[in-house]
Amino acid sequence: MSTLRGLTRLLSKAIVNPSNGHSTTTPRCLHTAYQKFAEKSPEAKQEGEKLRVTMIPGDGVGPELMHAVKEVLKAADVPIQFEEFWVSEVQDRCSEAQISELIQSVNKNKVAIKGILATPSWFDIGELQSVNMNIRKQLDLFANVVRVKSLPGVKTRHGEIDIVVIREQTEGEYSALEHESAPGVVESLKIITRTKSERIAKFAFDYATKHGRNKVTAVHKANIMKLADGMFLDSCRQVSKLYPKIKFEAMIVDNTCMQLASHPSQFDVMVMPNLYGNIIDNLAAGLVGGAGVVPGESYSPDCVVFETGARHPFAQAVGRNIANPTAMLMCAFNMLSHMNLVAHAKLVQDSLLKVLRDGKIRTTDLRGYATTTEFTAAVIANLGRA
Amino acid sequence: MALNRTATAFLKSNCFKMACRSASTMTTDLHPPSRQFALYGGRQTVTLIPGDGIGPEMSDAVRKIFLSAGVPVDFEEVDVTSDNFQSGSCEEALVSIQRNEVALTGNIETKVDELDFDQKSANVTLRTKLDLYANVIKVKSVPGIVTRHNNIDIRLIRENTEGEYSNLEHEGVPGVVESLKIITAENSLRIARFAFEYAQRNSRKKVTAVHKANIMKLSDGLFLQCCREVAREFPEVEFNDMIIDNTTMQMVSNPYQFDVMVMPNLYGNILGNVCCGLVGGPGVVAGANIGKKYRVFETATRNTGKSIAGLNIANPSAFIFSSSLMLKYIGLHKYASLINQALVDTLEKDQIHTADLGGCHTTSDVVDAVCRRVQTQAYKVRYDQTPHKQHGW
Repeated sequence: MSTLRGLTRLLSKAIVNPSNGHSTTTPRCLHTAYQKFAEKSPEAKQEGEKLRVTMIPGDGVGPELMHAVKEVLKAADVPIQFEEFWVSEVQDRCSEAQISELIQSVNKNKVAIKGILATPSWFDIGELQSVNMNIRKQLDLFANVVRVKSLPGVKTRHGEIDIVVIREQTEGEYSALEHESAPGVVESLKIITRTKSERIAKFAFDYATKHGRNKVTAVHKANIMKLADGMFLDSCRQVSKLYPKIKFEAMIVDNTCMQLASHPSQFDVMVMPNLYGNIIDNLAAGLVGGAGVVPGESYSPDCVVFETGARHPFAQAVGRNIANPTAMLMCAFNMLSHMNLVAHAKLVQDSLLKVLRDGKIRTTDLRGYATTTEFTAAVIANLGRA
Repeated sequence: MALNRTATAFLKSNCFKMACRSASTMTTDLHPPSRQFALYGGRQTVTLIPGDGIGPEMSDAVRKIFLSAGVPVDFEEVDVTSDNFQSGSCEEALVSIQRNEVALTGNIETKVDELDFDQKSANVTLRTKLDLYANVIKVKSVPGIVTRHNNIDIRLIRENTEGEYSNLEHEGVPGVVESLKIITAENSLRIARFAFEYAQRNSRKKVTAVHKANIMKLSDGLFLQCCREVAREFPEVEFNDMIIDNTTMQMVSNPYQFDVMVMPNLYGNILGNVCCGLVGGPGVVAGANIGKKYRVFETATRNTGKSIAGLNIANPSAFIFSSSLMLKYIGLHKYASLINQALVDTLEKDQIHTADLGGCHTTSDVVDAVCRRVQTQAYKVRYDQTPHKQHGW
């Protein structure tokens, strides 16, 4: 660990003072600095000293994006090793043994990075609960955070947007409780509990406090679902009393969608039940450039899974090398700062933002012509140059 | 002795039994099973109140060590000082602790001349509003620190919310001031039960109640009576009582006779300082304020050290020990013992001592030495899967 700290110190020096010494001369200067350091202390190369992260490449373009992440982290000399688990629902790699192995790994490592697991809409295996839901429930990943922020160099219709969407993702409409009680009549149960509503509300306010935010907006439909959403809203209101410095507002979900499309800058932190969260995540992601540029993360009390904000497998792009790795790379540097590797995180972040700001290398979703590989290579080339 | 007996008889005939009955049901949920900390993704938010004097330096030291060890704790810093606590910062600290349920604090100076006579100090406000009824001081000799007594291991448990600190004083007749000391059966039973449960959980042998029931026959008499009552429920823990003046004398001549000690507010304040003096002074002893739901960790002697603030000579050990107690409480046992051991090794093996322990090192020397020691172990601790013994207060 001492060697890791030493490396961090070297990196932070290089970042703070780029004119110092050899740091701006070549793009691989940091690498060189690290190699010099490694020669002095051979144990720095040992596998055992690396931090462990569980990786779930998932379906669609997930594996390609993960490859980009691995390349960039390797180039930045991040002391992390990945434990990969290739589970998938559409390709029938989701047996109980495979899932439980994955769960064990996440419980042990406390940190995971996940591509997207596609969930089929057909119903033939007799299981209402998707693999995604299964993993979330087993790990108790109750809070999903999506950071919707305008990026430099990404042109959109709206000005500066900086919204955090927080979504309860273990109950509500995703309870997998559906039945056909009389032929032709299906009941789908939406479950809202006070414990979980208070937990997500507290999470949202704690998040706002920790990140210096000013306002939390609870999104609901309590005018129609008076009991279920009413309880959610009431829980938020109760919790808000402990946070006198943070403004609390409530807004009905349909109006929220309209307001988001017309005046998104009025929102700060938003908290909502499961399905509304799913819809608003996607809507908000659309405002700043789409699924390829919005990172997210899911929290349980003990562990955290980093995944993209809008969870689309983008299966039609598999093998075409056109997916935008920005969202996944943002997940990666969020993960690094979560793991106390702040200097490495800043290194990757600066490089990524520089590539986006320069705007020379853009993937097709941002009206460019570059491939995934080209974009990744550009990020690597700019490490330490920003 | 005869007087004593009448006093007890009087008490018994009064509210005591009723209080006993209601208190026995009350204390069953003393330790709530579910703790709802601000814990997300394995990272915990803890309120940090640096306070006055050396507090800010000490907080920086703890931050630095936590970073070196990779402790997954984020601090929510609330700035409460003697200058601003009347302008709302105290309320801010209160709600912050209510949200996070755990806090690490320095001490806030109480400026006697500026306060109105019926106004509580910031420290007392926090303790009473959060109902932090028990103050536990861990008085343990640190090997490597030369003192007149070695191997002292005493736990001091002090009632924290009533007694002489009730803030009820008035001048009934000009020139005559009454200061009310409040002792209630409810709170006395609660602290006594806490002391015995603490002794039982930590396999300590003896509980000593400290009092002045020979003079304050009713108030301290009630306290003593409550301790005796609770002692009956714990036959495996030895119980005795001692008068405060004698206790202080015994403490400096033969401290080894004490194990766990329980006492009302003011005696706890005095004895706490005596004990700290025995093992190396205010710079090395940690304390915790414990309530039903909230815990506030601080140094044992609660002084601000204003005279040595900013000089980089204060001893950070007490604050570091107290941060380690805090880590233990929130379930990060491994990091707690890592930091604890690193500090003990720094003091014992490296002999890096600040001026108060007769050394010539600075605060940052000690902190850097601890950082170096924790860094070498941090990786191992992060992935250590062995379950730890559940710690109990």
